[in-house]
Amino acid sequence: MGYPVLSTVIFLPVIGALLLLLMGRRQELAIKWCSLIFTVLTFIASLPLFLNFDKARSDMQFVEVFEWIPAWNIKYYLGVDGISVLFVLLSALLGPLCVLISWHSIKDKVKEFYIALLLIEAAMIGVFSSLDFFLFYVFWEAMLIPMYLIIGVWGGPRRIYSAIKFFLYTLAGSVLMLVGIIVLYFNGGHTFDILSLMSQKFPYKLQLILFWAFFAAFAVKVPMWPVHTWLPDAHTEAPTAGSVILAGILIKMGAYGFLRFSLPLFPDATRAMVPVMLTLSVIAIIYGGVICLVQSDLKRLIAYSSVSHMGFVTLGIFALNQQGLEGGILQMINHGIVTGALFLLVGVIYDRSHSREISHYGGVATVLPVYAGFFMVFTLASIGLPGLNGFIGEFLIILGGFKASKLAGALAATGIIIGAAYMLWLYQRVFFQEVNPNIKGYKDMDLREIITLAPLVVLVVWIGVYPNTFLGFMHESVKQLVIKLQ
Amino acid sequence: MDFSRDIALIKPELWLTGLAIVVLLAELIIKKKEVIAFLGIIAIAVTAFITLNVAPGLAFKEMYTSDGYSMFFKFIFFISSILTILLSMRYLGNENVHYGEYYSLLLFSVLGMSFMASSNDLILLYLGTELMALSIYVLAGFKRYDARSNEAALKYFLLGAFSSALLLYGISFIYLLTGTTNLREIAQRLISGSSEPVLMIALLFLASAFAFKIAAVPFHMWSPDVYEGAPTPITAFMSVGPKAAGFAVIGRVFIIALGSIAVDWKTVLMVLSVLTMIVGNVLAISQTNIKRMLAYSSIAHSGYALLGIIAGTPEGIGSTMLYLFIYAFMNIGAFAIVTIMGREGEQLSDYEGLGKTEPLWAALMLIFMFSLTGIPPTAGFVGKFYLFMSVINAGYTGLAILAVIMSAVSAYFYLRVVMLMYMKEPSKSVSVSPNLPEALAVTITTGLVLLMGVSPYYFIEFAKAAMSLI
Repeated sequence: MGYPVLSTVIFLPVIGALLLLLMGRRQELAIKWCSLIFTVLTFIASLPLFLNFDKARSDMQFVEVFEWIPAWNIKYYLGVDGISVLFVLLSALLGPLCVLISWHSIKDKVKEFYIALLLIEAAMIGVFSSLDFFLFYVFWEAMLIPMYLIIGVWGGPRRIYSAIKFFLYTLAGSVLMLVGIIVLYFNGGHTFDILSLMSQKFPYKLQLILFWAFFAAFAVKVPMWPVHTWLPDAHTEAPTAGSVILAGILIKMGAYGFLRFSLPLFPDATRAMVPVMLTLSVIAIIYGGVICLVQSDLKRLIAYSSVSHMGFVTLGIFALNQQGLEGGILQMINHGIVTGALFLLVGVIYDRSHSREISHYGGVATVLPVYAGFFMVFTLASIGLPGLNGFIGEFLIILGGFKASKLAGALAATGIIIGAAYMLWLYQRVFFQEVNPNIKGYKDMDLREIITLAPLVVLVVWIGVYPNTFLGFMHESVKQLVIKLQ
Repeated sequence: MDFSRDIALIKPELWLTGLAIVVLLAELIIKKKEVIAFLGIIAIAVTAFITLNVAPGLAFKEMYTSDGYSMFFKFIFFISSILTILLSMRYLGNENVHYGEYYSLLLFSVLGMSFMASSNDLILLYLGTELMALSIYVLAGFKRYDARSNEAALKYFLLGAFSSALLLYGISFIYLLTGTTNLREIAQRLISGSSEPVLMIALLFLASAFAFKIAAVPFHMWSPDVYEGAPTPITAFMSVGPKAAGFAVIGRVFIIALGSIAVDWKTVLMVLSVLTMIVGNVLAISQTNIKRMLAYSSIAHSGYALLGIIAGTPEGIGSTMLYLFIYAFMNIGAFAIVTIMGREGEQLSDYEGLGKTEPLWAALMLIFMFSLTGIPPTAGFVGKFYLFMSVINAGYTGLAILAVIMSAVSAYFYLRVVMLMYMKEPSKSVSVSPNLPEALAVTITTGLVLLMGVSPYYFIEFAKAAMSLI
């Protein structure tokens, strides 16, 4: 590798944002093209991670280290292993899609919107590739600023309330983690180096306290029941691109945090807390699913389905076995693709109707057949139809879940049934039945929208049919993690 | 006791005194006020240059000390006064109170603060405090046709006089116990004595007087009214300069002179810090006037800055110093925007839709608000991080948890400014046209807030080196 892949992938969007800053605010078309070019470049620059990743190794690859703040022993330290590499790729992939879907729907303060979008992409990739706690925290928090603006400035009617709620919830969780990080620094030999901290063993009592400090940050982000209430508001009110980023990447950061930090740093505390975590996960799965059944708002329904799906993810992670962990990671990617796609699809119809009410629609399949086809694919993927990606993830998670606790596995399985119920019922109400007069004369998806969604369809089928391409990335790293947890 | 050596050590203060008088007299000859302002900046710059070249040492029978610690604080004073002068010219012109005394008073207050930072003796400390306070009483009431400005000056004067009395009372108790006012001698003579009741009374008096200067709860009552009424550039100055001077004397007196009763003063400061963080942040939420909001926020920041002194370690003192340095830039930056907005920018509602009408100034305000909240990658985060690190290292994890939770609370009112600017429609047309000095002040503050956020290394080293306490 001739060039520092991770730094390139992080800083290309930043350079793009700086360029946009210099452009006049009237040149909207140039601004859009510039952001599209930079997000596509970022994606291309990230491809070596996919092609040249050595799947036989469990350690960090593509490592970059520089001294940053020697006074506190802080380094600019990047690297990816089998657990994080897929998230970097997913973030890079969703970037251009978010630009494309916002092409016509963002009309106000276009320049600021794309700057925020590019900065958020840089911060997300930074979160997944940092190997220094200080650097990690900087990216983790820095992302709040553009996300707050995206929800609050370009969101729906209750955007201000939702944006503030989102910010305060996540900040309150994060600052407790900050205290945890500092405590870790002093107990781990004055270092923020994540790998060197992982190689140490901390006393059980300290592990337990730190586990909960980190839990505060990660549980809010995931979000786990009962701190999930910011999510339906934020997802619902955010503009389409914002919802896609929230559902696709941002909430993955919480689960990723558990995987990357809580499990390897505090293995004893994690094992002790498994019953609590499994209970919370199962509650999220079932509670989220049941709430979906009574939603009348399209985006809100998909938002609550995220709570349920993320319950599966945390269930898999805290099953603490190879199947569960791999299923959890894969399901995060799946959820990012599928829910991201569902939000994109809602955005497509919302651009035409400006309504999120389910009762506003009906018979959409007659008027927009191509659209209905796309929606069907992702609905089925979300339910977990064999042959599509959702099935693989959920299957692995339930397998792992049964190993860890029969009851949790059984209850999680009922969550799948509820999932099928609300998604199919949603599909029925929106796409079948009589054609609602509201939607007469709507145009079907245009080329731009098809291009936006096509890559995600390919991924849904690819993971569903041949998941090993992706599971192969994580085998070794997960194996090491499981050994550490025994 | 070499007299010429003593003089050499206080050269910066001597120069500043002389130059301040020159600026005062210059008004008789020079009619153009901008020239006087420029002279004021030159005076500070010359003093800063001389300060850099003063060797460390004690002077005048150990009354005055020159060391890294005092030098660091002096630079906070110099920087904040230069930024204040840059912000003042157009503001005073618009308010029709552009008089030359303004600048010499500002220089005299800086002189007072310099003596505070350098005092190794309670008497010199008292004199420095009074010189600073008297100058600022006048500056706070400088808009003499404005009732609120008069109210601010009078209120500040009455309460300030009260706190001076407390300070003197405390000093006299210390003298009663030790027979000296020299900080080091006090420390030596207190080692033998246990924590007698009289010493506790003295401690409480001193702590109250200092708490008044840094606007710590429950001695904060004056600050929202004074901040609201005073000319905006002076508000910016008061929230940074005198506050830093207060911290300079707290650090020196408590750590040097009262080191033997550290447990007691740490308890007192802890109570003050906890109250200050909670009350400051919570009351800021309900403000509708931006200067009042920033006043309460400034109270809250005193609470954070106290954490480093409570830690009591060299690292802790260093973190307080760095925090005050960073705070100078981010707070004056925020006030700079308020100053530039002028009379159109006193109420929070004036900021509605600023993101649309004045995207540049709104974006800068956004940076300062996030920095004050402590969100990376801004300097505010680095400052808080250092404070939390030192206070946790000293074993006060509970305090750190309270502080981070209060930071999350503060996000609410700082974000409200951002929300108003970007998420509301403009209710009126605002025209913002800063002059060159104002633009310069904003450029300096923004630049440093971002620079220290991304690359804080040199600044941390700077604070560490300066911390070679006394």
